[in-house]
Amino acid sequence: MERETKIAICNLYKIFGPDPNTALEAVKEDGLNKSDLMAQTGHVLGLEDINIDIKAGEITVVMGLSGSGKSTLIRHINRLIEPTAGKIIFGDHNLIECGQQMLRRIRREEMSMVFQKFALLPHKTVVENAALALEIRGFSDKEYIPEARKWLDRVGLQGFEESHPHQLSGGMQQRVGIARALTSNAGVMLMDEAFSALDPLIRTDMQDLLLELQEELHKTIVFITHDLDEALKLADHLVILKDGKVIQQAEPQTVLLEPNDPYIIDFISDINRVRVLRVRTVMEDIPEGTKVSCCGEVDHDDNLESVIAMSGGDTHKTYLVKDGSKEVGILHMAKLLKSLVPIEAPDEGIRCSGG
Amino acid sequence: MATYDFVFSGLGLKDWCNKDGTGSAGPVSMADLMAQSGGKEIPSPSLWDLPFPSMDALHEACAAFPKSRVLTKGLEQGFLEIKDNLSLVLDPLTQPLSWALSGTLSLFQETPWWLMIPLLLAVVMLVSRSVKLVGFVALSFALLSFINYYDYAIQTLAVIFVCAFLCVLVGVPIGIAMSRSDALQRTAIPVLDMLQTLPPFVYLIPLIFLFSVTEPKLYGIAIILYAIVPVVRLTDLGIRLVDKDVIEAADAFGMTNRQKLYKVEIPLALPNIMAGVNQTIMMSLAMVVIASLVSAPGLGVLVLRGIRNLELGVGLVSGLGIVLLAVILDRTTKLALARINAAQRD
Repeated sequence: MERETKIAICNLYKIFGPDPNTALEAVKEDGLNKSDLMAQTGHVLGLEDINIDIKAGEITVVMGLSGSGKSTLIRHINRLIEPTAGKIIFGDHNLIECGQQMLRRIRREEMSMVFQKFALLPHKTVVENAALALEIRGFSDKEYIPEARKWLDRVGLQGFEESHPHQLSGGMQQRVGIARALTSNAGVMLMDEAFSALDPLIRTDMQDLLLELQEELHKTIVFITHDLDEALKLADHLVILKDGKVIQQAEPQTVLLEPNDPYIIDFISDINRVRVLRVRTVMEDIPEGTKVSCCGEVDHDDNLESVIAMSGGDTHKTYLVKDGSKEVGILHMAKLLKSLVPIEAPDEGIRCSGG
Repeated sequence: MATYDFVFSGLGLKDWCNKDGTGSAGPVSMADLMAQSGGKEIPSPSLWDLPFPSMDALHEACAAFPKSRVLTKGLEQGFLEIKDNLSLVLDPLTQPLSWALSGTLSLFQETPWWLMIPLLLAVVMLVSRSVKLVGFVALSFALLSFINYYDYAIQTLAVIFVCAFLCVLVGVPIGIAMSRSDALQRTAIPVLDMLQTLPPFVYLIPLIFLFSVTEPKLYGIAIILYAIVPVVRLTDLGIRLVDKDVIEAADAFGMTNRQKLYKVEIPLALPNIMAGVNQTIMMSLAMVVIASLVSAPGLGVLVLRGIRNLELGVGLVSGLGIVLLAVILDRTTKLALARINAAQRD
């Protein structure tokens, strides 16, 4: 199912330094890369020729290690950082060219943001924090307090409305951050490493919470992370960034099966593929006119681990794959096994040597 | 014959020196020549006695060269010349300060003690929420009143009240402006440094020239100039120290600059601003004592009397009274500060 594009990022460049425009010429015409540009002109190439279509109602995850420019990228979407060149098309507007008034309206009504360090106002109560977006827009407290309470309940913070942020744990503070973004009722949610500062168990909780909310709300979410597991769990569309460049963007399953860069291979070599890969990625179409007779049915969105468990390890079995009540394919256990053959990481890990 | 004669003869300025000098320079130098040609050696001064080529030393060699007293005299002259114009502008501008000071002074003094002291206690209670401190304040005022120092203490408080209030009123906006503009900060910091380090007596001098000593604004201005520095500095610092992440969040949710200032920056900078207010109050207390030299009323007058007439007892007791006031003001503002800190601890 193809969804409409909500935000289109086109040929976006960001160069940090005293004279970014000259440096931009150098990058575009001489094809300098990040380290060359640094050595020759002293400018930092933050983002290079970024093109991403962010689809409505999807979670687009931008993944990269620190210094890859992912936080810079997400700040361009609501223009907290001005680009050196390029366009960001949102609805009918190019955000890069719209005036302050328009920009402020979009930030207030169309986009909300969740921050790595929560960025709550320490002098306000939890419910006032959650209501921030509505308060900024000029609603009275009679209007915004019930709305904020509703979303605080939704993220599991009932009973903490009158606390101050410093009285809450990190995970709870980030729940306030999410409630704050939801209360603004914006269609787009930008999440900048939103769960990176949390410990692993709470992080899993928060990911589940996000997926659960997304099931219901269908927001357009841009999620930044440096954690591949998190990226694979959340992403509908996965963008991998390295040194300010997009090196692959696709559905996560595709990235896993067909990585197009040694950097990504190095990344995914540690991943437990059985848990991440889905039946729909490895199934085959039902041969024309064949009546499939087999030993069981699996859902197209099941992960391979559950299928292996069901088969008891028998590689000769075949399953019928269903999407709801529709038969969409068949799954040979032998084929499944093949998809699990790891793609070898290079001997010298890229992560250690250069990335 | 002076050490630096050679400078002027070397530069061929002998004529200029003699022209409007005492007129005797010519014969004197002739006498020197005579003396030299007569073979009488003038013992050449040893290197150890070499004076720095200062204005006075050069004046010795050349009568036309000004002495350093001319410089300070010139400053005086210059100041006296612009003084009339300056006070023409400054007088009406600062007149409200005089009114505020004399008004507040008479208000504080007219109010009977049995109303004033409970009122003060109520304010202390409201600001500090500490019964212990209120007890201490009550005790201190009872003591001061018992030894007939109530009037002086209340005068001092009135002056501090007005001056500290004006410091905050003017200082906080200046601090905010400084936090917004690096250029302004660069220019303001040396001025603040100067205000803070100039001996307080020094800026009393031009003020005495500008305003009549009987006017309250004279000491008002001196106190404000001296005490405004910390609140300006700490407002600037406090706003610059506001968490960048929170500012970013404010931007991301579309706050206007005004909203950001009132809803984020000032509340988050408040602990620092309050620390500045505390310092400002303490410094106005220090200055109000010195300003008694220029007719500031209050406990300082008694200290001055102690010094002038060598009345040891008066000096000591009024000094202790000032200490009591200092402790009261400091504790009250510190407790208010602690309350703010507790409310927004991260």
